[in-house]
Amino acid sequence: MEVLFMGLREKLELLGVSRRDFLKFCTAVSATLALPPAMAPKVAEALEDDNRPAVIWLEFQSCSGDSESLLRSGRPKAADLVLDVISLDYAEVLMAAAGHQAEQAKHDSMEKNKGKYVLIVEGSIPVEDDGIYCCIAGDTALNQLKKAAAGAAMVIAVGNCASFGGIPAAYPNPTGAKGVADLVSGVPVVNLPGCPMNCDNLTALIVHYLIFGTLPALDNQLRPKFAHGKRIHDNCERRGHFDAGQYVEKWGDEAHRQGWCLYKMGCKGPQTWHNCPTLRWNDGLSWPVMAGHGCVGCSEPGFIDTMSPFYRRLPEVPGFGVESSATSVGLKLVGVATAFFAVHGVVSIIRNRGTVKKVEEEYYEKEEK
Amino acid sequence: MADRIVVDPITRIEGHLRIEAKVENGVITDAWSSSTMFRGIEKILQGRDPRDAWYITQRFCGVCTTVHSIASIRAVENAVGMKVPFNAEMIRNVIMGMQYVQDHVIHFYHLHALDWVDIVSALSADPVKTAALQESISDWKYSSADYFKGIQDRLAAFAKTGRLGPFGNAYWGHPAYKLPPEANLMAASHYLQALEVQKEIIKVHAILGSKNPHPQTFLTGGMSIPCDPNSQNAINADKIAMIMECNKTAREFVEKVYIPDIIAVAPFYLDWAGIGKTSGNYMSYGEFPDGREGHPNNLWLPAGIIKNGDLSTVHPVDHTKITEDVVHSWYEDTGPRHPWEGATDKKYIGPKPPYDYLDVEQKYSFVKSPRYEGAPMEVGPLSRMLVAYASGHKEVQDVVNHVLTTLGVGPEVLFSTLGRTAARAVETLIVARKMESWLMALAANINTGDYAIHDNSKWDPSTWPVQAQGYGWHEAPRGALGHWIVIQNKEIKNYQAVVPSTWNAAPRDDKGVRSPYEEALIGTPIADPEKPLEILRTIHSYDPCLACAVHVYDEKNELKSKVKIL
Repeated sequence: MEVLFMGLREKLELLGVSRRDFLKFCTAVSATLALPPAMAPKVAEALEDDNRPAVIWLEFQSCSGDSESLLRSGRPKAADLVLDVISLDYAEVLMAAAGHQAEQAKHDSMEKNKGKYVLIVEGSIPVEDDGIYCCIAGDTALNQLKKAAAGAAMVIAVGNCASFGGIPAAYPNPTGAKGVADLVSGVPVVNLPGCPMNCDNLTALIVHYLIFGTLPALDNQLRPKFAHGKRIHDNCERRGHFDAGQYVEKWGDEAHRQGWCLYKMGCKGPQTWHNCPTLRWNDGLSWPVMAGHGCVGCSEPGFIDTMSPFYRRLPEVPGFGVESSATSVGLKLVGVATAFFAVHGVVSIIRNRGTVKKVEEEYYEKEEK
Repeated sequence: MADRIVVDPITRIEGHLRIEAKVENGVITDAWSSSTMFRGIEKILQGRDPRDAWYITQRFCGVCTTVHSIASIRAVENAVGMKVPFNAEMIRNVIMGMQYVQDHVIHFYHLHALDWVDIVSALSADPVKTAALQESISDWKYSSADYFKGIQDRLAAFAKTGRLGPFGNAYWGHPAYKLPPEANLMAASHYLQALEVQKEIIKVHAILGSKNPHPQTFLTGGMSIPCDPNSQNAINADKIAMIMECNKTAREFVEKVYIPDIIAVAPFYLDWAGIGKTSGNYMSYGEFPDGREGHPNNLWLPAGIIKNGDLSTVHPVDHTKITEDVVHSWYEDTGPRHPWEGATDKKYIGPKPPYDYLDVEQKYSFVKSPRYEGAPMEVGPLSRMLVAYASGHKEVQDVVNHVLTTLGVGPEVLFSTLGRTAARAVETLIVARKMESWLMALAANINTGDYAIHDNSKWDPSTWPVQAQGYGWHEAPRGALGHWIVIQNKEIKNYQAVVPSTWNAAPRDDKGVRSPYEEALIGTPIADPEKPLEILRTIHSYDPCLACAVHVYDEKNELKSKVKIL
């Protein structure tokens, strides 16, 4: 279980980042982010000594859902974010330039801001057949990623696909799709999974730099603890109903209308580490459980294989009980899925074929020895 | 080969699209459309619970983020015979309607406008004259000279940094930009306003579906957001009031900004009413069930096909006449096949990256070539509006005629790049005006004491037949979308999607006939081959969505024997 409680430092070492590289990175980040401590409310002031971090946003096997999520930013608002807070030098969804002019803009920014720019990656990267399943400007996603990561101060993988491979990497992973951290070394990677990532977590990450001048603490999956430090289940507004044994049995029944617990409808909240219940979405308006649908665990490694079928209830979560027992059971479930992912890199077998279960059992046996 | 110009990536779209075009004497004489990304989601679906398919297929695309969910649940409902309650149909209408409005607003202002609007030119505009221009086109609240001065100062401060971010290295100053500086400044301010508006109005999806992008509220057989006016955890008067506010904001922006902008800008670009024509085949599956019988009955926007630009006849649509061909797609050859019989083994025979040109004589795209009775079809807002117009749809006829009269042109201008862009605006207006009626129909039905949102009788897969197949149609903002599913032993045996951008962005078919993007580019003038702004105009007029278009992967052709066609 040790791998689960590894610190950032050790995790980076595991990824091949030396202590020296890490210190270099810290210096670069401090320089890049030496912005006014508050969020620069006045445009002119902020632009006067313009040191907005250069941001390169690459899309690979994506659906653009994370780019769209960026456009839903509420703090700062999308227009302020793009004009005043960052210099978004390359982003296929938004940029005016196209074709070789777009590629030139990217090249220029990478040269000019070498070692200082923030690379954001959306979508998984296919590696099968030399990576030909995703080509942009005539070159593979794999090559594009390696080139861009080499000069970056850090890489932020947004969405589950860039973080862990996501849906393209689900069984049978037809294109050999992988997440960023599996392919990039020598530069720190932060994962912001979720399907899509919640933009408020991305802006919070940026604000964290601006205010504290450092990377936030990360968990063993390279996710910021401020966003992924607690399970959905821990903060769920319906937790009281779970503890009281009050469950929705059918869509639209009295219990469903009164907002009882969705555990029996397949909610994966007890297995999922994400701040949806507290942060919520679209300016804090709602989140899946609040709208009557269970959590599907979209911020976890191995999603969707470890989380489907979505409407089948989790095994072994007690119907009611005190805080400690629910927490320990939840930890047990989460522990197996994530530890398996951390050790083996990928869960490529779906649960409903019985193989993940088998792996979990083997894992338990090994742990017991 | 070297006489071809290449635009890759085509930016301001969803997904990865590459256009190669042959230019002779300043005019495009041939063109090839290619998608260069592939995920294989349909293969990933095999063996899974059909009730999960909506969630997975929703990830075909994060821009038109509701559409595959809708098509998918309809396909499963069709296959196993679920009956969707009226409340759920109305909730779906409200969600789909807002998807249209928000998606079209984003498309016009953030993905398409910069093809027509020169932001740099806005810096030299006179804010007083800009205010006069704004006041002359509508009574929109942001119209003072001070307001425009503020926007101009902000843009100037931004430009002064020399770091233009997403506006860097574009085609500013290109001779094809025709708007005066004041119109450019007005449009630039609307660009920024629309960024805020789209975020606000899409909150309807969060209220009804927890979040956007990728709302999480769809269920085969209904919806997961409950209705109960006396509960704080269900659709109640408060939530209806919130949706009404969003609808109001949406409608106001469309009426006072989007439509007036189109009417103000179009006269400068009337030559684009003669550019971008396709073969004249337009198809719509129809959308928005407007009665108690539910989808696919009583569709507010009608289904139909127009052939060869002949608006006098609307032909019915029959899904058995749809085939897909892969002669120029990176899959093993099978000949044209109906989606249920679709067999697609990936077969990349393109150049080894990094490459300069594709081998367009061979296979050159991951998109297949769909055909209806062997002919290419254009799909999208223009197709919907033409089918509705030709079918005698009053709201559509009124708005289209109003726009045409205002511009002093005839309906023939609709068959063009400009027509495509105008039709999208027309559609946004009539949908924005219609949304309230679906919300009120929902409220009225809840008021009768009917809180049903789901058909529980067929939820448990043990109630399904061992073998079932179905299809689900949805008119997505980008056009006709169809999902085809085969279920065996409660699991997905085969899944195929033929999406709008498959119809429009496809490569040539087995007979060498071009698909809409390729056809529309023929005859487009290119002022400067180094800066092919004109290609972006026509391609963007379709609102490309490429990740949707490429997802097909069916390793074993297990269904080639006989699949019963409904």
